[in-house]
Amino acid sequence: MTSPMNKAGQAACLLIVLLIAAIPFAGEDYLIDLATEILVFVLFALSLNVLIGYSGNVSFGHAAYFAIGGYANAILLTTYGWPLIAAMPIAIVLSMLAAMFVAWFCTRLTDIYFAMLTLAFAMLVWAIAFKWRDVTHGDDGFVGVAVPAFLDDRVSFFYFTLAVVTASAALLWLICHSAFGKVLVAVRENRTRAGFVGVNTRQMRWTAFVVAGTFAGIAGAIFAMYNRGMYVENAFWTQSAQVLIMVLLGGMHSFFGPAIGAAVLYLLERFTNEYTEYWPTMLGAILLVILLFLPEGLAGLAAKVRSKLVRPGGTG
Amino acid sequence: MQGIEMLIGNPTFAFIQLLNSLSMGMNYFIIAAGLSLIFGVLRVINFAHGTFFMFGAYTAYTVAEAWGLGFWLSVIAAGLFLALIALVLERALFRFLYDKEHLMQLLLTFAIVLIMGDLAKVLWGTDQYSVSYPEGLGGAWNVGLTHYPSYRLVLCLIGPLILLVLWFFTERTRWGRLTKAATQDREMLASLGINVPVIYTGVFLVGSALAGVGGALASPFNSPVPGMDVFIIVECFVIVIIGGLGSLWGSFLGALIYGLVFNFGSVIVPNWQDVFAFLLLLIVLLIRPWGMFGRPEQG
Repeated sequence: MTSPMNKAGQAACLLIVLLIAAIPFAGEDYLIDLATEILVFVLFALSLNVLIGYSGNVSFGHAAYFAIGGYANAILLTTYGWPLIAAMPIAIVLSMLAAMFVAWFCTRLTDIYFAMLTLAFAMLVWAIAFKWRDVTHGDDGFVGVAVPAFLDDRVSFFYFTLAVVTASAALLWLICHSAFGKVLVAVRENRTRAGFVGVNTRQMRWTAFVVAGTFAGIAGAIFAMYNRGMYVENAFWTQSAQVLIMVLLGGMHSFFGPAIGAAVLYLLERFTNEYTEYWPTMLGAILLVILLFLPEGLAGLAAKVRSKLVRPGGTG
Repeated sequence: MQGIEMLIGNPTFAFIQLLNSLSMGMNYFIIAAGLSLIFGVLRVINFAHGTFFMFGAYTAYTVAEAWGLGFWLSVIAAGLFLALIALVLERALFRFLYDKEHLMQLLLTFAIVLIMGDLAKVLWGTDQYSVSYPEGLGGAWNVGLTHYPSYRLVLCLIGPLILLVLWFFTERTRWGRLTKAATQDREMLASLGINVPVIYTGVFLVGSALAGVGGALASPFNSPVPGMDVFIIVECFVIVIIGGLGSLWGSFLGALIYGLVFNFGSVIVPNWQDVFAFLLLLIVLLIRPWGMFGRPEQG
């Protein structure tokens, strides 16, 4: 039983996708690249939010599945010369399998220990990417990814990314608004009570973890091709923290919030880097503002502003 | 398995690996003990602890090398400097988050990692500095089977000494008992007229000072360089989780085990020692998530 998005919502989504699709007509290479990268991080953030926003489990190692998808796609395309139609699905399946395995362990724990265990698994993935030089080229990074010819120019790559990210986001929306999504929210709000009414809470959390990992793998697979390479930093815990900040900035209790958080944070990073090398300070400051003043992120802020506008000043 | 043959066939080699493990473990213990102490009382997992370690190492460089005031003074200076930084952070930020969710606290400490990492670049640039060994400890001592760097042997003594001091403080003094009581029941302690926030601040200062001292002590063989903080913090997590968050003996044993796994692992399967460390962590988290000496989370 899915609750369909209302007509206005569907129209708004269609309009946004069409507007994004029109970006290449501006003829600016810089803009096309920027939009492609943002789309990748939008998908990455949306995937993490299934776990954080819907099931209430904070993962500190989400970069692991992004990196597995990315590395697997890069290696299959380049080292083994596979066609994209085989390499990318296998890369995504590998992320999914890794998430299934890790989730089985992590869902035994909750709260801080859950976060620590996800961090530990992610650092294991990082250590393997770092040390397995024969396959991943270690800290030199896996460079020179063989991107298929039909995706070689930036406009077709942009449309490919847009198509995959839109389809993935739609799928995630359906998952989050299905009966399964509702049960996840029930588990998040009160695990004990959800258990009492017959929900297998551990299995629900496991499924959310796998969904999140799989879609992170899709984002990683696109990223590896866009970036023409994968680096060990993509699996490091600071990358996991960055995507977590994207989710928080957008607002984890809203489906589209993390997408906006990803776009805003990415744009801020790009522009900050043009003027100063102190992006980390900026990111830290943004994080402090979210923690101290915007616990519901930008989506929460928007909702607050809207309710103020409808009933201005309370008494009017 | 060439490495195992070397260890068995050559006792001196094995002995050196053992001493490497011990001295590394003792250095890490000093840092991890601070992290564990803070978690035990404040229930905050401090990602910035690695950054405090890095500041300690840089402070050692500034005081010992740039100002030429000597190594041991620089160790004390590093401890004091980090206690001061901790005081400012605790008063300005942390105390607003004690009642918030763990996620908020974790992310707050991550914001500090980001900002202090940049601050270190402003203060010390991006060069790698070398700190020389303290006077009289630059050579090697005869330890029976072989000669071994004297500074590292001294570290093997400083570690247990700090363990003893911390143990005495927590188990044998009034303040130690109050600190323990604060972990059990804050409200009750406060209603008995004890100033709980002062205990929290004190614990945070002592824990952070330990990171600074650990960084200064590590600086002769672990040269301060930007980015070292995000690595050391993960290693400290491994140690305190193996030992049990909040347990002093746990971090001591965890640090020893980590040193052994890292050093012997690098001999047995060269280059894969980090992977072993994380595998060890995973095994512990699966069997006893609260670690060897920790207590299961209540409620």
